[in-house]
Amino acid sequence: MIEVRNLTKHYGDKKAVNDISFTVNDGEILGFLGPNGAGKSTTMNMLTGYISSTSGQALINGVDILEDPIKAKSYIGYLPEIPPLYLDMTVKGYLNFVFDLKKCKLPRRSHLNDVCTLCKIKDVENRIIKNLSKGYKQRVGLAQALIGNPPVLILDEPTVGLDPKQMVDIRTLIKRLGKNHTVILSSHILSEIQAVCDRVIIINKGVVAADDTATALSSKVSTDHRIMVRIDGDKAEVLQAIRSIGGIKYVRADMEREPGIFEYEIEAEPGMDIRPDINRIARENSWNILMMRTMEMTLEDIFLKITMGENIVMSGDEKGGNH
Amino acid sequence: MGAIYRREVGAFFTSSIAYVFLAVFFIFGGYFFSINTLAAGTTNMAGVFSNLFLVIIFLIPILTMRLFSEEKKQKTEQGLLTAPVSLWGIVLGKYFAAMTMYLIAISIVFVYALILSLFGTVAWMTLLSNFLALLLLGSAFSAVCVFISSLTENQVVSAVAGFVCLMLLYMIDVIAGSINVSWLQNFLYDLSFYSRYYEFTCGIFNLSSVLFYVSTAVLFNFFTVRVFEKRRWS
Repeated sequence: MIEVRNLTKHYGDKKAVNDISFTVNDGEILGFLGPNGAGKSTTMNMLTGYISSTSGQALINGVDILEDPIKAKSYIGYLPEIPPLYLDMTVKGYLNFVFDLKKCKLPRRSHLNDVCTLCKIKDVENRIIKNLSKGYKQRVGLAQALIGNPPVLILDEPTVGLDPKQMVDIRTLIKRLGKNHTVILSSHILSEIQAVCDRVIIINKGVVAADDTATALSSKVSTDHRIMVRIDGDKAEVLQAIRSIGGIKYVRADMEREPGIFEYEIEAEPGMDIRPDINRIARENSWNILMMRTMEMTLEDIFLKITMGENIVMSGDEKGGNH
Repeated sequence: MGAIYRREVGAFFTSSIAYVFLAVFFIFGGYFFSINTLAAGTTNMAGVFSNLFLVIIFLIPILTMRLFSEEKKQKTEQGLLTAPVSLWGIVLGKYFAAMTMYLIAISIVFVYALILSLFGTVAWMTLLSNFLALLLLGSAFSAVCVFISSLTENQVVSAVAGFVCLMLLYMIDVIAGSINVSWLQNFLYDLSFYSRYYEFTCGIFNLSSVLFYVSTAVLFNFFTVRVFEKRRWS
């Protein structure tokens, strides 16, 4: 379990992290999301005791990282942004070193064997780390974090540099690890967070901008009143017909998907379902509806919305329908 | 500490620094041994030891240049600093690894003594005290250079700065001689590394000199620890 209370870090005058508080429960996978320079890595570095906080407290399994760093660090497996690999060692030699460094008490051979199998680096065991590809290096870095089977895993962008197949593998692995570990995972790949994490914290400019489950975040900005339809009719007429429906906030037709056929993005008043109305006007004008779907707000949209200020996605702009 | 120590000793040999260091040390050691002792037809090794002082001024910075600067450059120090080990454990692990290399190098003087013992009697006690002096001097110098290595992430800067510092320490007597403020002059003479070392090579065992070298070593290792403390808190 990780408890973070009012954690703050100043670099000179610059506030890299400002008064962040959150809790991660046992067996929870927390996703850390934020644009570059938002303070993700700084927060993780404070949690792992690499740098100290200016003020505030971080407790790992109830142990303050600054008061009893050695004990707190022994609970943590950390994969920093740049994996701390000694390039002139073999994978095996390096993992043995980490095993000793962490004063690990598990049976050496079988434990290292397990970790290598989990991270799929068994086949490069005897190679010099320098000669490995980025993906393999990343996996050796992950293996290093897993040694000693620490209850808390802190992974800073663990899938960087992996190919899509390996990404899926690592995500599956993290999900599996999350069953009996507490995991904090940072990333700016949103689909990754969505796929792996139970909870998401969005950090922007050093403060927590949102803290909720991925699904709750999506539903908060729920969008069943926003739909996208494709209608084969004269654009001006269709626009006019749609506007005649009461409660439409905006409609816009930017995209000509098929020759002469436009896609219309429609937003109605919240809580209002306009799909029957669309059907009605299509019937009355004998147009065909070629496609209709509600516009799900993806984590991507939420992320942009939260980090770039309000009303980027939702804004009903004046040019709607003027094309 | 044990893990770091073992890794560092291994790294000395995989990075070839160990071979260069030992080879150069043995070349100069052998040269001074044959000129000052063998060619002179004596069993007195004082000349060898006083020359080795200069040799280690050049070699110790090369031995220690990598220790922390490389970690910083490759970002591997993050692994060490987030592992459940104390800062003292990290610093001493590296320091003792360097000292092990140094000990291997200076042990060659016993081989020289064995060669001499074929031809005449060797003053083993004097030799031992000389060896101890060389060891103590090396431990003080290594601590200084390890400290310098922790300040930069460039190995060359670390080596050159280390060399300059050791050279200044060597020249303290010269500097002191050119100062005419008496208290400052005396103070500098007291700090002299060379005059204390010279005493040993003459066969004088002075406990205060032993303490001087040991406390220098402890002090600079302490400084290295502080460097990491400070970086963590800034």
